[in-house]
Amino acid sequence: MKFTLDWLKDHLETDATLQEICDVLDRVGLEVESVENPADKLADFVIAKVEHAEQHPNADKLRVCTVNDGKATHQVVCGAPNARTGLIGVFAGPGVYVPGIDMTLTKAKIRDVESFGMLCSERELELSDEHDGIIDLDEALGAHIGERFVDVMKMNDPVIEIAITPNRPDALGVRGVARDLAAAGLGTLKPENKGFTGKATFDCPVEIKLEFDAADTIACPAFAGRYIRGVKNGPSAPWMQKRLTAIGLRPINALVDITNYVSYDRGRPLHAYDADKLKGPIRARLGASGEKFTALGGTVYDVDEDMTVIADDSGVLALGGVMGGEVTGSTDTTTNVFFESAWFDPVRTANCGRKVNINSDARYRFERGVDPQSEKWGTDLAAHYVLEMCGGETSAMAIAGEEPDPQLVIDFDPALIVKLTGLNVKAAETKKILASLGFTIDGKSDVLKVTVPSWRPDVHGPADLVEEVIRIVGIDTVPSVPMPRGIGVAKPVMTERQKRIRHAKHLLAGRGLVEAVTYSFIQSDVAALFGGGSGALELANPISSEMSSMRPSLLAGLLQAAQRNADRGLGDVALFEVGQVYAGDEPGDQTTSVAAIRMGTATLTGAGRDWRGSETSVDVFDAKADAAAVLAGLGLDPTKAQITRNAPGWFHPGRSGTFQLGPKNVLGHFGEVHPSVAAKLGLGRAAVAFELTIEALPSPKKKTPSRGAVEMADLQQVKRDFAFVVDANIAAGDLVRAAQGAEKKLISGVSVFDVFEGASLGEGKKSIAIEVTLQPRGQTMTDEDIEAVASKIVAQVKKATGGEIRG
Amino acid sequence: MGKTIDTAEYGDLEALETALLGELDAAGDLAALEDFRVGALGKKGRISALMKTLGQMEPDARKSFGQSVNGLKQRVSDALEARKSDLGEAALAARLATETADVTLPVRPGPEMMGRIHPISQVWDELTEIFADMGFSVAEGPDIETEEKNFDKLNIPASHPARQEMDTFYFPTKEDGSRKLLRTHTSPVQIRTMEAQQPPIRIIAPGRVYRSDYDQTHTPMFHQVEGLVIDDSTHMGHLKWCLEEFCKAFFEVDKVKMKFRASHFPFTEPSMEVDIQYAEVGNEVRMGEGDKWMEILGCGMVHPNVLRAVGYDPEKVQGWAFGVGIERITTLKYGMPDLRPMFASDMRWLKHYGFLPFDVPSLAGGLSS
Repeated sequence: MKFTLDWLKDHLETDATLQEICDVLDRVGLEVESVENPADKLADFVIAKVEHAEQHPNADKLRVCTVNDGKATHQVVCGAPNARTGLIGVFAGPGVYVPGIDMTLTKAKIRDVESFGMLCSERELELSDEHDGIIDLDEALGAHIGERFVDVMKMNDPVIEIAITPNRPDALGVRGVARDLAAAGLGTLKPENKGFTGKATFDCPVEIKLEFDAADTIACPAFAGRYIRGVKNGPSAPWMQKRLTAIGLRPINALVDITNYVSYDRGRPLHAYDADKLKGPIRARLGASGEKFTALGGTVYDVDEDMTVIADDSGVLALGGVMGGEVTGSTDTTTNVFFESAWFDPVRTANCGRKVNINSDARYRFERGVDPQSEKWGTDLAAHYVLEMCGGETSAMAIAGEEPDPQLVIDFDPALIVKLTGLNVKAAETKKILASLGFTIDGKSDVLKVTVPSWRPDVHGPADLVEEVIRIVGIDTVPSVPMPRGIGVAKPVMTERQKRIRHAKHLLAGRGLVEAVTYSFIQSDVAALFGGGSGALELANPISSEMSSMRPSLLAGLLQAAQRNADRGLGDVALFEVGQVYAGDEPGDQTTSVAAIRMGTATLTGAGRDWRGSETSVDVFDAKADAAAVLAGLGLDPTKAQITRNAPGWFHPGRSGTFQLGPKNVLGHFGEVHPSVAAKLGLGRAAVAFELTIEALPSPKKKTPSRGAVEMADLQQVKRDFAFVVDANIAAGDLVRAAQGAEKKLISGVSVFDVFEGASLGEGKKSIAIEVTLQPRGQTMTDEDIEAVASKIVAQVKKATGGEIRG
Repeated sequence: MGKTIDTAEYGDLEALETALLGELDAAGDLAALEDFRVGALGKKGRISALMKTLGQMEPDARKSFGQSVNGLKQRVSDALEARKSDLGEAALAARLATETADVTLPVRPGPEMMGRIHPISQVWDELTEIFADMGFSVAEGPDIETEEKNFDKLNIPASHPARQEMDTFYFPTKEDGSRKLLRTHTSPVQIRTMEAQQPPIRIIAPGRVYRSDYDQTHTPMFHQVEGLVIDDSTHMGHLKWCLEEFCKAFFEVDKVKMKFRASHFPFTEPSMEVDIQYAEVGNEVRMGEGDKWMEILGCGMVHPNVLRAVGYDPEKVQGWAFGVGIERITTLKYGMPDLRPMFASDMRWLKHYGFLPFDVPSLAGGLSS
């Protein structure tokens, strides 16, 4: 919403400075977006007279003008067809910046004739798009030669642009803005222009009909009109053109300008029809499918039953509240005009506007809510301006339907103000503020009866009245009050899950992985590679195909991110993310994944070459170690989980595993990325990954902080090595578990220190070497004791795996 | 009868000592020292041989000669130990002289210096710390929401212009006509929290939100933190205090100047936008000084319709809520010129703006130090 300071003062009697006005606008909720004074950028342009204009010796279309700017005469080469002797125009000398062509003028030579400056068109001054000729001012202005153009034209008038929140349609007219400022103490609201109040000599010859079923009358409950005959359309009054131009509207002709002006001045959209082009009565009704509407400008739209239309016997003339039509619009030759001042309901207007994708000033106002009591005076204002600018004779106002009268009365206890805001506003001030905003108050008891003005559709209840008072008083005056706080030390606030997320992040970062935050939505075919891409999780209106499907796994985003880095030459990437993944669209389908990838040589000890050791490519055990670390860090002994070969299809089938607790509870997977998935993602290097589900981890058993007494045996541990030859398909984990179980009381640890396959062992065989740690309890172990345990270990391993002790 | 020992024998002792010490000096390594020890102090050594003669002496002579021999034995033993130590030190010195490492060779920085925490996570933790101190717990909700919780119960009816302005991502419409959406704000967590419990409530709700917008200052996914306080009397003054405390703590300044402007959100009444004063020093934004203002958050008293929608009685309870863009305050605090790299996972950006794993924000230790 834009207006000028001068325009505002039509409605507001004030001495306030521009800055004060802007400060108050901000305070009351009409946020100032910009303030621009056109005089600032046009300060150097002066009124000048063309003393002589002669044909350029070397160019047919150019003239050489002698220009008098009040101080001197300058030779100016000008291409405008209207450059002539005696013209009063606008001149800029060398050194002046011309905004319309974004150029600072210099002395120039045009076709061998020197030129010292420029005679300007409206477009060059950014006044309009007019560029057919240079500005050709009234000869009377010849008295002002040498004076600043902006002063003579009274353009020293700042343009203020404010952002209007959707609840304030009343502030889409300058008068509504002025009302807020007056309420906030910045002056007094001037009496409103009531428009034509004279007596009309004839009745409106255009019959207006509302043709709605009872259920749809709200679509257009009132349609007022006026017929004005014998008008002479032409340019509107200069003051009106100036204001419209200042806010970026192009003056068309008086009839159109008047509708635009009333829309901005009073928030009341109007439409002007050329009455001679109307056929039969004018009707407001719902559209019918199959009907067409040709808008101003010629574009044809399909009409449907959800749209409110204005029609005559020839068909649809306008989309109610959205846009007028091409055929019946007023033109320069219009002599009889019919003004429409109707009320269209916000929902239909918004839906219609969206459907045809027309953003008009009328739609903007109707979909937020035009004052439902403004239909009649809308025609009065139209008549007033038309008679003033175009002459003619107006009919009486005609109206179909009745102006809706919301008449909302709110029981308001002013004590609610201090209760909700903490600020004590005196009852008298509350009443004064509400009254100045147009509320009427029956204040006989403590609880006020407050009637909401028709132009405030946003005010429904007492809380809204609190807002009205407090925004005018100024929220800055509300005292800041410390919140009551808990007594003593603050209690922990995070859930177990939130703590685990935090721990997992720090743990993985501590393992050299860098945290990424990737998008929750990914490309559908990439989601499909990771078990996703299903219908319910595809966005109906994605912003791009790369962001169209809710991710089933974090790995897609991480692997793609790693490859993007590789493409920039950073191929040894270790990334992790902790975030949500989606199995369906119900809240329970969203789980929290912890996932990481390592690519290239980005192992725990570092990436790339190092003088202390050779460069190693990441493998499945790097991923397993990361996953196991997370499990351990989150309170689950990873050796207690089973490791199965159940990893999903995006992992390498032979070099991957699954951590699970029992057959059903899958904690997560680790492994090499499947080569075909890697190929589809365009990965150039080896990549390994893991992904765990936080919610799958059992909650740690609730315990006291006490950890119990530590057991530290006095007796020394004994270590013994065993090497077994087993079939190549035997899992080392099974062998270790067998050894561990041979004598649980004594065996405190089993570690694998060598795995070896070779011809010496025979086809399909491998050797697994383990170190068993024995912890004697109570008494030291004799050689015989140790031998006995060793035999049990060998027997157990043989039983479980068929393995033989290697000779 | 004991053998008579004359003084000459004492003289022999002196000669012997001189000879022994001379031999000791000549022994050049530990093996030679051992030979010397055996020859002098061993069972059959020369000093031991002297000791053996004592048995045949008269008591007086034995006492006197014994003392002399013992003295000799002690001195030779001491000299032997001293010589041994010297030789050991010399041997160690010789070994150490050959054992050198080029300590200028580089070592790898180690995983704890390589990993990073993303700024969003770090700020999330900072927010948690600050609000935990004021008694707020952390609530969360799903990203995929219903129209009811994202809009209707927040007093945004289907016809409300705000519902069009939000550029909502929708999922396909189901057979029953309903459709899910990606939440456009964290406010549905207010609804979920209030539906699940009775006041008093003090929560923050950080999380991902989605709007169909992509340009220099917008990404289609971003993070918000919502705050909600509901009880029987909490009011706008408390809201202001809470936000002032938050801004001071978060931006780590002693004072901030904030401006509360009336505004409009469907789910609060009265509604406000909050500007914070700042100065621009080069690329850096400094809060609490300067004369510029920037908008950082929206807030207000919870709308009675929202309270009713969750089954609360607005006559009995009241409260306030605020919403802050996490990316916005993160870029401001940590001097990031552009928002878009936040989710691009460029290692150069992550290493520069990310935090070390042990850099856990705390109120006791300072949030960003």
